Amino acid sequence: MEHLGRIGFSEEQADLMEVAANFCREKSPVEKVRKLMEDERGFDPAVWEEIARLGWLGIAAPEAYGGAGLSLAEVAPVMEQMGRTLMAGPYASTVLAAEALTAAGTEEQKAAWLPKIVEGAPATLALMEKSGAWDLDRIGAQAVLKDGALHLSGGKVFVADAAAAQVIVVSVLHDGAPALALVEASALPAGALRRETIIDETKRSYELTLDGVSIPESALLDRDKTRAALSRIHLVANLLAAAEMAGGTQAVIDYTIEYLTTRKQFGKLIGSYQALKHPTVDAFLQYEQARSHLYSAAHCFNEQGTGEIATRMAKAQADKAYSYAADRSIQFHGGFGFTYDCDAQLHRRRAIWQASQYGDAAYHRKKLADLLLA
Amino acid sequence: MAVDQKELDEFAQGADAWFRENVDADPGFMLPLTFMEVGTDRQFEFLRDWQRKVWEAGYLGAAWPKEHGGGGLDPAFQKAATEAMRRHNGPIMLNAIGLNWTGPLLLDMGSEDQKQKYIKGILSAEDIWCQGFSEPENGSDLGNAQLKAVREGDEYVLNGSKIWTTQGNYAKYMILLARTNPDAPNKYAGLSFFLAPMRVDGVETTPIRKLTGEYGFTQTFFTDARIPADCLMGEEGQGWLIAMRTLEYERGVRGGQAGGYVITPLDAFSILDLAKRTARDGAPALDDPVMRDKLVEFLIEAQSLNLCQQRGKVPALTQDRPMALPLSGKLMWTEFARRMNEYAMTLIGAQGGYYVGDDNAVDNGLWTRGYLNAFSATIGGGTSQIQRNIIAEHVLGLPKK
Repeated sequence: MEHLGRIGFSEEQADLMEVAANFCREKSPVEKVRKLMEDERGFDPAVWEEIARLGWLGIAAPEAYGGAGLSLAEVAPVMEQMGRTLMAGPYASTVLAAEALTAAGTEEQKAAWLPKIVEGAPATLALMEKSGAWDLDRIGAQAVLKDGALHLSGGKVFVADAAAAQVIVVSVLHDGAPALALVEASALPAGALRRETIIDETKRSYELTLDGVSIPESALLDRDKTRAALSRIHLVANLLAAAEMAGGTQAVIDYTIEYLTTRKQFGKLIGSYQALKHPTVDAFLQYEQARSHLYSAAHCFNEQGTGEIATRMAKAQADKAYSYAADRSIQFHGGFGFTYDCDAQLHRRRAIWQASQYGDAAYHRKKLADLLLA
Repeated sequence: MAVDQKELDEFAQGADAWFRENVDADPGFMLPLTFMEVGTDRQFEFLRDWQRKVWEAGYLGAAWPKEHGGGGLDPAFQKAATEAMRRHNGPIMLNAIGLNWTGPLLLDMGSEDQKQKYIKGILSAEDIWCQGFSEPENGSDLGNAQLKAVREGDEYVLNGSKIWTTQGNYAKYMILLARTNPDAPNKYAGLSFFLAPMRVDGVETTPIRKLTGEYGFTQTFFTDARIPADCLMGEEGQGWLIAMRTLEYERGVRGGQAGGYVITPLDAFSILDLAKRTARDGAPALDDPVMRDKLVEFLIEAQSLNLCQQRGKVPALTQDRPMALPLSGKLMWTEFARRMNEYAMTLIGAQGGYYVGDDNAVDNGLWTRGYLNAFSATIGGGTSQIQRNIIAEHVLGLPKK
């Protein structure tokens, strides 16, 4: 079959994976993760600064704007290791916003924002609405030009990390067509952001009310590139999610194994019982498959046709693997699994959250059916 | 040893031309898809001739030593030949136990005399080999094998029975796991490994009819069967060690096989081709949203398996648990094949009720037969449940008992 992805792996990926694995292990032990869950901001600014200093915010950004000029293939291992340790922070949002700017920003916008982002200015996107539509061109929010300014109306939901973001890329309808606009944090009136109560307590997400927000006309991204940019953002978001989920799946399986090899019942380690052993193997094999899809999607991401198929497969498989592994982890921890203290719930909640964002497995299978079964 | 790329390219071109020329696409009867399905003499003769022909052309055993009938070339040459065989849909290699298990074992651990005596006949398919590990009462629990081998002078006397002997009725030799010391300190220490001749008095084979209605295996009975003492491989008591080594070849963990394939490689995407041309409930199967969704799930899984094979070759992407992918391949592929065939039957709807031989059967009943036959791989060579134990214990570090 044509347009199927394949595995490829670069030196840069290997180096970043190793550095990220050590960094995340050190900076995001689970006690820290749990502490940050209680924190309003939800992440450690000192760690964020270090991430910027390491250059990870500009891995895929063009060199002309201070980035490393690599690709998302090199972002994937970093995201995977962050997922493995449930590291909190606006990393995915910021990388995604930089991708949107790179794809459709005007020269002035790129020059104004990309270097700042690379150096550590958090950014995000506001794309989803209450309709729940995952297709990013299904937009209700409006931008109307009046007296030289764009007047926004409507609202956005699931705006990740919006309170930390210095700039938000918002999708709106303008003259009846999808458009992207940069909304700086300073342009938001008080009360425009409402923190949402979401299933994943390690993440921060907000509802954004656009009524009463005005921005200059120059805040619009290149309108000829909007549709292509929306398609790309959708796929980048899913690639990053698949990476974070693959790392999380590995972690929750390791966490389960740790319990199965220490907890005794009826005088035996519970990991010796096949009723627990065999599903753990099944979860592990699902994970191995998810990781294979991830590094195929990462490697082939920029190939026309292939990138989309590989990315959708990666997200679908990551959803399946992470959900199953975390679900079984709760069950296999028995009574402890039902408590808040057991880390299995952190992963199960993370998997539910990631499925809800940018499309779950069933959604991507439907898209794949159209692509593969024509 | 550096491979001369030009030489390799020429060899690969030669192989490609040879298989294009020599593969008989339609011999006029159904060919077995695996070495475990050789059920008629006609199939056996055809495949034996085919293997001999491939070997004589230099495309089997190309990397085995020249002095024993091999080509003496780098493994890259055999790989190229096997790829050409696959490209032109060549039939399977018949002498599976010889080519994949016994041959590599003898080349690694055998004496010079043993290599001299056995290797060439394995390649030419002159000497068919079978495997005597499983017993009626000891399938998954191989270490408990009870067939007795008692030393009497220059001979061992064998009594007992082996089951699931693939090509048992055609085989000249058997790799045999037998108990030489019933009083050993543990069950494994009492086992020995033999290269046993089959055509001696007291060895009888009874064909086993499979759930498909076909043949391919026998039960093999040993009643005071006498074999020369020099058939013992290694020392008495080393049987378990050698058998485990043999299983490593079987599971593909260890290389050294003669080449070719003994199971028609599963094209995981063949299901897509079927889906596009099949009808269900009187309408194209692909008009049914449930069938579409399920099909995409299988395509994702098919791609998973291909990608896992590729990733297995990238050390940086397997370093957390390096043995994970090599040890999971059998379980993932065989279970996938079984479920995919099962899904194929639902794709064809009412036609799934036909079986091999009926004029109305889709693809001559391939999918229904394929589903039933798929169990041979999820049960044989260590059941899927045993495979899960192996992965759990050797990869994930879960306790044995």
